[in-house]
Amino acid sequence: MSYLKSSFRHPESPKNKLGYTEANYEGALSTLCAGCGHDSISNSIINACFELSLEPHKIAKMSGIGCSSKTPAYFLSKSHGFNSVHGRMPSVTTGANMANRDLTYIGISGDGDTASIGMGQFMHLVRRNINMVYICMNNGVYGLTKGQDSATSDLGSTSKKGVPNMYEPMDLCELAISLGSGYVARSFSGDKSQLVPLIKGAIKHNGFALIDCISPCVTFNNTPKSTKSYEWIRDHKEATGTFDLVPQEVEIKVKNPDEVNETIQLHDGSFINLYRQPEGLDIRCRESVLSALEDSKTQGKVLTGLLHLNPDSRNTHEIINSSKRPLNTLKEDDLCPGSTELEAINQSLR
Amino acid sequence: MKPTEIKNPEYFHKVVDCQYACPAHTPVPEYIRLIAAGRYDDAYMLNWESNVFPGVLGRVCDRPCEPACRRGRVEEEPVAICRLKRVAADNKSDIKDRLPGIAEKNGKKIALVGAGPASLTVARGLAPLGYEVELYDEQELGGGFMRSQIPSFRLPETVLNEEVGYILDMGVTAHFKHYVDSLKSLLEKDYDAIFVGSGAPNGRDLPKVQGRQEGEKNIHIGINWLESVAFGHVKSIAKKVLVLGGGNTAMDCCRTARRLGGEDVKIVVRSPQADMKASPWEIEDAMAEDIPIYENHVPHEFVIENGKLVGMKFEKVRAEYDENGKRSLIPTGEDLVYMEADEVLIAIGQDNAFPWIERDIGLEFGKWDMPVVDEETFQSTNEKVFFGGDAAFGPSNIITAVAHGHQAAISIHKFCMGETITDRPEPGVTLISQKMGFHEWTYDNEIDHDKRHLVPHVEKELAIKNLKLEVEKGFDQDLGYQEAMRCLNCDVQTVFTDNLCIECDACTDVCPTKCINFTENGEEEDLRTRLVAPSNNLAQDLYVSGDLKTGRVMVKDENVCLHCGLCAERCPTAAWDMKKFLYSVTKAGK
Repeated sequence: MSYLKSSFRHPESPKNKLGYTEANYEGALSTLCAGCGHDSISNSIINACFELSLEPHKIAKMSGIGCSSKTPAYFLSKSHGFNSVHGRMPSVTTGANMANRDLTYIGISGDGDTASIGMGQFMHLVRRNINMVYICMNNGVYGLTKGQDSATSDLGSTSKKGVPNMYEPMDLCELAISLGSGYVARSFSGDKSQLVPLIKGAIKHNGFALIDCISPCVTFNNTPKSTKSYEWIRDHKEATGTFDLVPQEVEIKVKNPDEVNETIQLHDGSFINLYRQPEGLDIRCRESVLSALEDSKTQGKVLTGLLHLNPDSRNTHEIINSSKRPLNTLKEDDLCPGSTELEAINQSLR
Repeated sequence: MKPTEIKNPEYFHKVVDCQYACPAHTPVPEYIRLIAAGRYDDAYMLNWESNVFPGVLGRVCDRPCEPACRRGRVEEEPVAICRLKRVAADNKSDIKDRLPGIAEKNGKKIALVGAGPASLTVARGLAPLGYEVELYDEQELGGGFMRSQIPSFRLPETVLNEEVGYILDMGVTAHFKHYVDSLKSLLEKDYDAIFVGSGAPNGRDLPKVQGRQEGEKNIHIGINWLESVAFGHVKSIAKKVLVLGGGNTAMDCCRTARRLGGEDVKIVVRSPQADMKASPWEIEDAMAEDIPIYENHVPHEFVIENGKLVGMKFEKVRAEYDENGKRSLIPTGEDLVYMEADEVLIAIGQDNAFPWIERDIGLEFGKWDMPVVDEETFQSTNEKVFFGGDAAFGPSNIITAVAHGHQAAISIHKFCMGETITDRPEPGVTLISQKMGFHEWTYDNEIDHDKRHLVPHVEKELAIKNLKLEVEKGFDQDLGYQEAMRCLNCDVQTVFTDNLCIECDACTDVCPTKCINFTENGEEEDLRTRLVAPSNNLAQDLYVSGDLKTGRVMVKDENVCLHCGLCAERCPTAAWDMKKFLYSVTKAGK
């Protein structure tokens, strides 16, 4: 088995605005099972960061425990990373984000790490609207402990063990929408053309952005009766529409202006051009999205794409009016403004 | 595009760039792996099967394989294939017991004209089959131009003697110092077939340049002069020497002149240096021996004083190229350039000459007074006469002559056995999975990132004093191993089975050079614009699968595939497999 990937790359590899090639965003060779959906998601993150010309040293990869949480080793090896305790990535990211708001936070979690042990943390992370991308690599099983059904596994879905799941599943997207997240998407590891723009949009979004990404477990949950297998998802996937992300600094060029249903401006001036939404689904309206999600479930479909977007979302820093600068840039003068200031504060409290 | 026909051996053959580029299609990666494994005898014999002169070619081959080597497309320099061949030859033990046995005489008798690589290859092919082989050459020893034109500081006599000897020892009757002056009389003898491998023996001259006749005593034709040196007839040269020409013969002339007493040796070429025909490494080696190159100088006059050559005058030109890349040399109008010279060597090319072939023996001659020869069978219009090497289609190189020899031997064998000679034998092909266990391969799939290793040379001061001292020392076993590890194993093919694929993208994601794509099918031109990585090398094929479940196809651009096997390692369903592809050109009687 190979533990190293050659450093030779295509001699004509394209470069981004920073002069970097995709290789500058790669990580170590994956040790996950061959064919794991997580690897495709890692690669989509590499693509998205490359295409957005993010500086690798201004990204922090956060994760918990599980197969999914191993993946930060396999992308962005030049970025910061924190592999935290099981289900505790939200708290650690909250702390990091409070201390340094200038980094792009990419949180990686799985269905076990999010929907079971980390559920409580997850809910409060959404509620507080921490400015981060939260990707749940959702395969419906606990892969690292040999494939027990997880809390996102659909009722009746049958993994390699052969016993249909007896419990109702949790829908992370519905949960996030109901808790006020301003950017909620569902995607599939096997569809990069959808996933990469969704990650780019999530990075650009101000506030908490969830991507619930179905990511088949080839070892334990890629069976004919599993609802999280490559084949089942391909057969039952339905998209809300596609979209282009137009970063703020780029002149807007729309491929097919007639097909654009809506253009939404994001916090930083970037635009999202939406194409081909099905009738009646207004992704800005929580009620209509929640009902579309329920409808598609009734029909046995998996609704994917950008499900909900609130471009006016305010992140935690804006809500609590915290320091505009990272704490590590605050000097003594900022921290101890002097006796005059103190006196003024004291006076105001009298 | 239609699914790629991988059953056609030529598809995977083309992926093995080095082997495909070799006129004799030597299985390069296979012998490189044998060298890495220390199996020098096996590596040597694999070479000997294909190219007959591994020791010679490991030193002086034109190496068409190296510019083709895939390694040169992913980093700066190709694998030193040629010098690795020499490692096999230098380190082998006695391999005589591995040479083919000689079958009982089959009653057929053939004549070979010329004892160069083409004729010797025919002899090697046919003598073991029971043919009575008679070889004619005007020189006193076998080897042809390998002996007379290549100086021994590049190709030691012992190496040449050994490999020529293997063939002569197969019961070949050699008539040395025997110039064949009539093909007609040869045809009248009882030969069943005649092979002409007489080379291109006429060195070009500059008969119209003023002073050529007067200076005759000190002006020599390069190849003739080299031959005189090789056979010990010429042992010295004057101090100031001009060598005219930019090919490998010119390089050999100047370096030989340096060793025979030439102190001020210059190369003068008509063209720009970049257009010189000599191999880059030969030019480098000449320059390393303090031999300057004067480009864009056209010979104008041999200057004679008191009946003796004292120098040459040259006209300065500049090269201009039209839209088809055709070059014309335009005089710059500057004053003529004068260079002093005691002796001049003219090495501006060589031509075929067949004064000994009568024109009334049913052997047709065509353009440029060259015999009409079939490019596949090497048969002339006289069915008993076959051609090969430089004699067939003009001056080329040793490995091309060997390739001709193999094909001519097949033709002669079929002809003598009464078979149709246009029925050519299929190549021998095997394609075997290299899977040894879970994610384990029988070949070393880890990519080595070393730069090309340099071949050690003897010190210049020693080298230029001794005509016989081989300049290149060759790789020792350790360096040979290190260089062998640079080979990308392009013969271990990535083979895709479409009905096993679940389109998980694992291969696309892991591929270091982004060769693999899953996309909607289209015409090649369109597909190439839609691949993940730029796909601009049109000489390299696209490997296209049949339709997959989603209606897409797998498209792999073969161009910079590292054959590292990661696609197959990361494939959960073994839709990708690494299979070793061995392609061997079938030889006479096989």
